[in-house]
Amino acid sequence: MGIWIEENAKVLVQGITGKQGMFHADKMVEYGTNIVGGCTPGKGGQTVELQGKDFPVWNSMFEAIEATDADATVIYVPPPFAGEAIMEAADAFDQIKGEGVVVCITEGIPTLDMVKAVAFVENRPGVRLIGPNCPGIITPGENGGAKIGIMPGHIHDKGRSGIVSKSGTLTYEAVAQTMSIDEGQSTCIGIGGDPVNGTGFIECLAAFESDEQTEAIVMIGEIGGNAEQEAAAWAAENVTKPIVGFVAGATAPPGKRMGHAGAIISGGKGTAEEKFAAFEAAGIACARDPSELGSVLLESLKKAGLR
Amino acid sequence: MLGAFSDTMNIHEYQGKALFKAHGVKVLDGVHCTSVADALQAYDTLQSKVVAVKSQIHAGGRGKGNLYCPNTGDLLMEGGVKIAFSREDVETYATNILGHVLVTKQTGEEGKLVNHLYVESGCDIAHEYYLALLVDREEKSVLIMASTEGGMDIEEVAEETPELLHKVNVDPNAGLMGYQVRDLGLALGLSGAAHKSFAKMLRSLYALFVQEDCAMVEINPLVRTGDDEMVALDAKVSFDENAEFRHKNWDDLRDLSEEEDVEIRAKETGLSYVKLDGNIGCLVNGAGLAMATMDVIKLYGGEPANFLDVGGGANEEQVKTAFSIILEDPNVKGILVNIFGGIMRCDIIARGVIAATEALDLNVPLVVRLAGTNVDEGKAILAASTLNIHPADDLADGAQKIVQLIGGEA
Repeated sequence: MGIWIEENAKVLVQGITGKQGMFHADKMVEYGTNIVGGCTPGKGGQTVELQGKDFPVWNSMFEAIEATDADATVIYVPPPFAGEAIMEAADAFDQIKGEGVVVCITEGIPTLDMVKAVAFVENRPGVRLIGPNCPGIITPGENGGAKIGIMPGHIHDKGRSGIVSKSGTLTYEAVAQTMSIDEGQSTCIGIGGDPVNGTGFIECLAAFESDEQTEAIVMIGEIGGNAEQEAAAWAAENVTKPIVGFVAGATAPPGKRMGHAGAIISGGKGTAEEKFAAFEAAGIACARDPSELGSVLLESLKKAGLR
Repeated sequence: MLGAFSDTMNIHEYQGKALFKAHGVKVLDGVHCTSVADALQAYDTLQSKVVAVKSQIHAGGRGKGNLYCPNTGDLLMEGGVKIAFSREDVETYATNILGHVLVTKQTGEEGKLVNHLYVESGCDIAHEYYLALLVDREEKSVLIMASTEGGMDIEEVAEETPELLHKVNVDPNAGLMGYQVRDLGLALGLSGAAHKSFAKMLRSLYALFVQEDCAMVEINPLVRTGDDEMVALDAKVSFDENAEFRHKNWDDLRDLSEEEDVEIRAKETGLSYVKLDGNIGCLVNGAGLAMATMDVIKLYGGEPANFLDVGGGANEEQVKTAFSIILEDPNVKGILVNIFGGIMRCDIIARGVIAATEALDLNVPLVVRLAGTNVDEGKAILAASTLNIHPADDLADGAQKIVQLIGGEA
């Protein structure tokens, strides 16, 4: 099962004719993702070759979804146009199917474009936005699966840990840690580290809680904001499955930016210590070193009688 | 400053005020100066009995800051913003400010060299208010904050008397609504001409915020004059760097002397670098993993010398630049490379590391941890080299090794 994305979900690629879009579309097909085509305005009617097979390109997301009945789309459109690409996809999914998953990989979208795009998506409750500035979402399958994004597919394996993280490479680290104790993943989601984004921690936790395949959750946060604290408080009340957590940025100096837009401490709010404390108060088992996520997860699984 | 949490570009007060003026937000007459002679001429031109002589740096707390001589370290003057009652005052203050170092609670001990001055007319102040616009990441919208407690440290106000800080979130689909403007004006106790002036100013400010892709606009204080006019006495404006592609004029507004030279060079190569005080250099892919690497170094008794994210698709050249930037820091006694290859292949990183260490004549211990795509090829390449590279199995192993190698605790 996994959450939001089934193993055989039909996926479109926005910006499929661009360098990034084509490269990653190829990798997704190679992994086994059911790519059904792509969208690049002005290039409708063309085809793109991925892994030796031709895939159709449409001019608009309306045409693409009408033609393919796609379940999800992944956006590799450059920052100036990415906000609008999100809205186009959301509008088309909403009008044609009433639902759909929009995954935006693009890094560097203006914050006010995202404010507008997120409000637009929120007005279409059947549409889910993941990202932007994230590695995407992956539901590993028996043979391949649905990899929607830029994560290295081969490090994953189907299993029962659900992973949610703000940061890209740390998500991979968490995946590797589950593998180190012979555990696979149900679904892994990178929600992105931008100040304004779509799906947040709480929605992921809620979906993992009700997903039958998921039996444990790994949650990776970052300094800045208070999404982790809110998620921890929510989890204490609503999540019965074991959660393991880590927060990056304990050593980040106050007021210094650390690459990720969201990762900054201002006025003493959103520190790693504050977040670790919130995790611990909510009964989340914390690793202070991401290399220990595996052993902490193993302990939690044993405690829950799952190993 | 409240809530500056994005990759943002700061501008000076005088530039912010020019922007205010262009958008119809009332400011006092003022002149940007870079010399004492400029300041005296500004005083003559402004024809105001009282003028404010204001240091221009990208940091708050200027009024309560102190000016020091950069050579001797002697204290020259208390206060980076002075009220001058005569031409002689202007000369004294401008002389004490320009070319000297202003230390405020936001600059850190090293302070900032002041190269720009703003000389501004005085005005008759009836009351001081606080007003700010910024992006609220929790509510995913623009937040307007206003208070009757202007001129104060607003974080103290938020902490001690939160009921005096009034907040309004703007629905991005609807824009700023008339009732929101009215409610804020009423909350500030404004009426009549002052309320009207406030409404006009707030609408202009919101339009400015959106059109100019601001990350934050903060006015502290915003004043009501004796004539019931609302005037921005300060202007802290920062832009969202991601929107630079649609603002060609930002290049002219950027003051590179306010940014760390090495951080600018890193940015130009697509690297994200922040210098810290420790002695273990780090080279990592991904911001989250880079922060986690620093955390783990500290966990095992070391101190990171920097944050460095080479991004998702770094090439050999970028790896080389990253090494040279790390080695410019004389405090660096060892380097930890931590790469989780996704799209980036470990064999390419391994070649880049070898090329860089050879070209730069590396003479500090180097620990390399590789994981992910093509990790075995990467490890083999490192093992085959004659260079003194210490491989690590995971992040903890890498951190412990580098701390040991430089003679730390772990």
